[in-house]
Amino acid sequence: MSSPARRQAQVDPWQDPNAEPILRIEGVTKTFGKTYAVDDVSLDIFRGEFFALLGGSGCGKSTLLRILGGFEVPDKGRVLIDGTDMTHVPPYERPVNMMFQSYALFPHMTVEQNIAFGLKQDKRPASEIGDRVAAMLDLVKMGQLGRRKPDQLSGGQRQRVALARALAKAPKLLLLDEPLGALDKKLREHTQFELVNIQERTGTTFVMVTHDQEEAMTMSTRVAVMDAGRIVQVSTPSNLYEYPNSKFVAEFIGAVNMLRGTVVDQQEERVLVHCHDVELDVWARYVEPIPVGTDVNVAIRPEKIDVAEAEPSGMENVVRGRVVEIAYLGDVSIYHLQTDDGFVLRVQETHAARSADPHYNWGDVLYLVWHARDAIVLTA
Amino acid sequence: MNQRRPFFLYTLMVFGYAFLYLPIASVVAFSFNETRSVSLWKGFSLEWYGRLLENQAVIDAALLSLLIAAMASTLAVVIGTMAALALSRFGRFKGRGLLSLLSSAPLVMPDVMLGISALFLFITLQQLIGWPEGRGIDTITIAHVTLCVCYVTVVVRSRLAQTDHSLEEAAMDLGARPWKVFFLVTLPLIWPALLAGWLLAFTLSLDDVVIASFTSGPGSSTLPVLILSKVRFGVTPEINALATLIIVAVCVGVSLAGWLMHRNNRRAA
Amino acid sequence: MQRPVSSDGGAWWDLWFQVVVGLFRQIGALGRELRGSRGRYVVIAVPMLWLLAFFLAPLLVVLKISVAERTGGVPPYSDLVAIGEQGLVQINLSFKGYATLLTDPLYVESYLNSLQFASISTLGCLLLGYPIAYGIARATPAWRMFLLVLVVLPFWTSSLLRTYALTGLLRDNGMVNQLLMAIGATDAPIRLIDTPFAVYVGITYNYLPFMVLPLVANLMRLDFTLLQAAADLGAKPWRAFLSVTLPLSLPGIIAGSLLVFIPAVGEYVIPALLGGPEALSIGSRIWEDFFNARNYPLAAAVAVAMLVLIVVPMLLFEASQERRAEKEAQRA
Repeated sequence: MSSPARRQAQVDPWQDPNAEPILRIEGVTKTFGKTYAVDDVSLDIFRGEFFALLGGSGCGKSTLLRILGGFEVPDKGRVLIDGTDMTHVPPYERPVNMMFQSYALFPHMTVEQNIAFGLKQDKRPASEIGDRVAAMLDLVKMGQLGRRKPDQLSGGQRQRVALARALAKAPKLLLLDEPLGALDKKLREHTQFELVNIQERTGTTFVMVTHDQEEAMTMSTRVAVMDAGRIVQVSTPSNLYEYPNSKFVAEFIGAVNMLRGTVVDQQEERVLVHCHDVELDVWARYVEPIPVGTDVNVAIRPEKIDVAEAEPSGMENVVRGRVVEIAYLGDVSIYHLQTDDGFVLRVQETHAARSADPHYNWGDVLYLVWHARDAIVLTA
Repeated sequence: MNQRRPFFLYTLMVFGYAFLYLPIASVVAFSFNETRSVSLWKGFSLEWYGRLLENQAVIDAALLSLLIAAMASTLAVVIGTMAALALSRFGRFKGRGLLSLLSSAPLVMPDVMLGISALFLFITLQQLIGWPEGRGIDTITIAHVTLCVCYVTVVVRSRLAQTDHSLEEAAMDLGARPWKVFFLVTLPLIWPALLAGWLLAFTLSLDDVVIASFTSGPGSSTLPVLILSKVRFGVTPEINALATLIIVAVCVGVSLAGWLMHRNNRRAA
Repeated sequence: MQRPVSSDGGAWWDLWFQVVVGLFRQIGALGRELRGSRGRYVVIAVPMLWLLAFFLAPLLVVLKISVAERTGGVPPYSDLVAIGEQGLVQINLSFKGYATLLTDPLYVESYLNSLQFASISTLGCLLLGYPIAYGIARATPAWRMFLLVLVVLPFWTSSLLRTYALTGLLRDNGMVNQLLMAIGATDAPIRLIDTPFAVYVGITYNYLPFMVLPLVANLMRLDFTLLQAAADLGAKPWRAFLSVTLPLSLPGIIAGSLLVFIPAVGEYVIPALLGGPEALSIGSRIWEDFFNARNYPLAAAVAVAMLVLIVVPMLLFEASQERRAEKEAQRA
C-alpha cells in the first residue's frame, strides 16, 4: 500500500537519526486507581506517518490516544508536539484534532455547521470558513449533502463528515479512534483505501487506534503493538509480520504455528530446536544468537509451509500429518493437519490455478515441509 | 404480549387513575355548588367564582405564591444544573462525594425537617448578622430553592447520562472553551430537561405548605398557608373555584405544549 | 394580571430583575476570563456552597438548638456559648429535650404511629403504582407521554385542596359512603374519616407520583424480549412476571419506596386533616412544640430524633445513587 511519494523517500524518517519527530511521547504513565492503563510508554512519530496503535481491549491504546488529544493528563512523562511540551495543554489549545469512535457529530447542526464549528472557534472570516467547508466536503466526496443533519445520513456518510470536521483546521496531528469499527466489511475495505489517500493528499500525520490487526497492517506506515499498557513492538507492518519480537506479537498479527522447544545447537544463521510438542528437531532463523539450552518458541506462518503427498528428500524440517480440518475460502484453503504426536499445524495453500477439485481431503496423510529461513525463533 | 394480561392490567390502571382523579373531580364539581358545602351537592352556581375575584386575601396569596415559585424555580434550575454537570461530567474531583450526598439528601427528607431547619438558620443568622430581618419572601424563596435543587439535579443528570459524552469532548477538541461548549453543544441537547426541571420546581414550590409555614412571616402568606388556615374553620368553595381555575389553566397549558410539540415533530419529519 | 398590591411585592419584582440581569452579566464576565479549570471550580462551588449554607448548616443549627435551654426571651432558647463572670467561656448544654422524648410515652407513640402510617402507605403506593408504571412503560410512545402527564397533572393542583377533598369524600355523608349504601354493601355509613385508614389513603394519594416515576424509569429500561424468552421456555405470564419482571424492577421499587417512605414519616398535614385529633404523628409533635408550645429546644430535639430515625433508609438511598454515580464518573 505504498504510494509513489513514499517509495521515493530515500530513508524512512524513523531510521534517520537526524529526523525530528512531530510527536514525541516520553515515559508517559497513567493510572486509574491501582491499574496502570499506560505504563511508561515512549514513542516517536514522524511527520506524514500513518501510525497505528494496535492491541486488544484494555491494553491502554485508547487511554494513550486520549492523552495525546488532551482529554487525560498523564501522571508521569511528557507529550511533545512539534517540539513543544503539551502535556498539560487542554484539548482546545492543541493543534491536534480527533475523529471519535462514535463520530460525535452535533445532532442539532447541519453537516456544514459541524465542519465549520472548529473554524468558527478560531474566529476566521466567514468567507474563508465557507471556502474551507466546501473544500472539505469535496475531499470526502459529500458535496451535495451539506445541508443535511446527522440523523439523515448513513453510517458511512457520518464517518466522512467526522473526518472532514477533524481535518477542517488542518491540524498537525489527526487522532482516529477505531475509525472503521462501525462499518460493514465491504465499506470498511473501501474506506481503508480512501483514508490512506486522504492522508497522503493532505500530508497530515495520522495516529490511529484499532484492535483489528488487518486494518493496522493495511493502512499504516508503522504499527505499535500494545499489551497491558506497554508497547511490545514498534515496526513496519511487514517487519512485524515476518520478524515479531515475541510470542505475543507473533500470535496477535496474522495466524501462526507456535512450537515450544529447547535450543540444542547453534550455527551461523540458525539454531536447532528440539521441540516439546512434536517429535521433531527444527532448524530456524534467529535475530540474535541464542545460547544452547534456552527454552524458546518457534513461529512458522501457515503460508510458509508446503504440503506434499510424497515424503520429500533432502529437506530439513519435515513432519508427517493427517488432514483433520479444511476451510475453503475461495482464494486460499486452510488445512489443519495433526501430527503423530497429536499436535495440530495450520497450513495455507493458494489456489493459483483454476480447479474446482479440492486439493486434499479429510484423512489424507501428507508431509509438511518448510525452510529454516521461514521459521523464526522467539525468546520472549 | 400475552392476550390475557392487557385486560387485567388495564383494569388496574383504570382503577389507579380513577383514584387519582376522583378528588379532583370533587373539587371541580363543588366549585359550582350552590351552598357552602364541599361534600353535599345542592345546585349549580357561579357564585363562588364571583366571590373569588373579590377576595383580596386569596388573590394576594396566589400572586405571592406564583412569584416565589417563579423565582425559586429559576434559581433552582441554575444551581441544580450546575450540580448535575459537575456530578455527571467532571469525573472524579475532591468533594464529589459530599456534593452527591448534599444534592440528593433533600429528596428524601421530610418537609418538616427542611422547614424547621431553615427557620432555625434564619433565626440564628438574624441574631448574628442582622439578616434576614424577620421572615418573608426572601426566606421562603431560599428554603424553596434548597428543596427544589435536588429535583432539578436528578432530572438534568438523567438527561446528561443519555447524551453522548464525546460530543462535548469533540467540541473542546475543535477549539471551544468549556463555557462555549456548554452553551453551543450541551445546552441545545439538554434544554428539555431544564424545562422539565423548572416546571417540577415550580409545582413543588407552588404546592408546598409545610416549609412555607415555617419560613413565612406576617404579611407573606402563600396560598397553601392561607388554605391551611382556612381549612380549620371550613373551606368555602371560593378555594375550589381557584383550584378549578388553576386546573383549567394547567390543562390548557399542557394541551398547548403538547400540540406545539406535535406540530414540531411533524414538521421535522 | 396586576402587580402585587403589597409594597413588598412591587419592590421584589424590581430587585428580582436586577439580580437576574446582574447574575447573567457576572457569568458572562467570568466566562470570558476563566480558563477551563477555573470555570470548573465555579460550577462545583456554587451548588456546593448553597447546599452547605442552606441545607447542612441549618441541620447543624437544629442540633445546636436541641441542646439549648428553653427561655422566655427572643429567641426562646439559651445561648450555647456564653462568657461567664471571669471571662471564662461557658458551654451550656441541656438535654431536657431528649429526656422528654425518651420518657414521655406520647413521643414514642407518635414515632411508632408515623412509622406505621409511612410503611403501610408505601405498600399502598406500590400496589397501586406498579400497574400504572408497568402500563406506561409498555405503552406506545404517544400513549406513554399522555399517561405520564395524566399521572403528574394532579400534582399541579393544590395537594392540600385535594386532601381536603378527600375528607369530603370520606365523610359519613360523603360520596364513598353514599355509593356504598346505594349499592347495598352496607346499611349505615361506615366510619372512614378520622381513622388510620383515611390517613393511609391520604398519604398514598399524595405520594403516588413519587412511586410511579422511578418505577417507570426503571421499567422502561427493561428488555421485554426477556419475557418473550420466558414464555418461549414455557413460563405462564404470572410466573414470568414473578421470576423475571419483578426481580429486575427491584431497583425501581426500592427507589420509589424510599422516595415515599422517608418523607412520609415526617408527614403532618395529612394525618391532621384525615386522621382526626387522635392521629399522632411525629411531624405534628414538632409542629405543636414549635408553634403552640413555643418550646424550640424540644421541637429541635424531636427533629433530630426523627433525623436519626430515617438516617438508615437515607443512607440506603444514597448508596444506590452512588452506585449509579460511580458508573457516570468512570465514563467521564
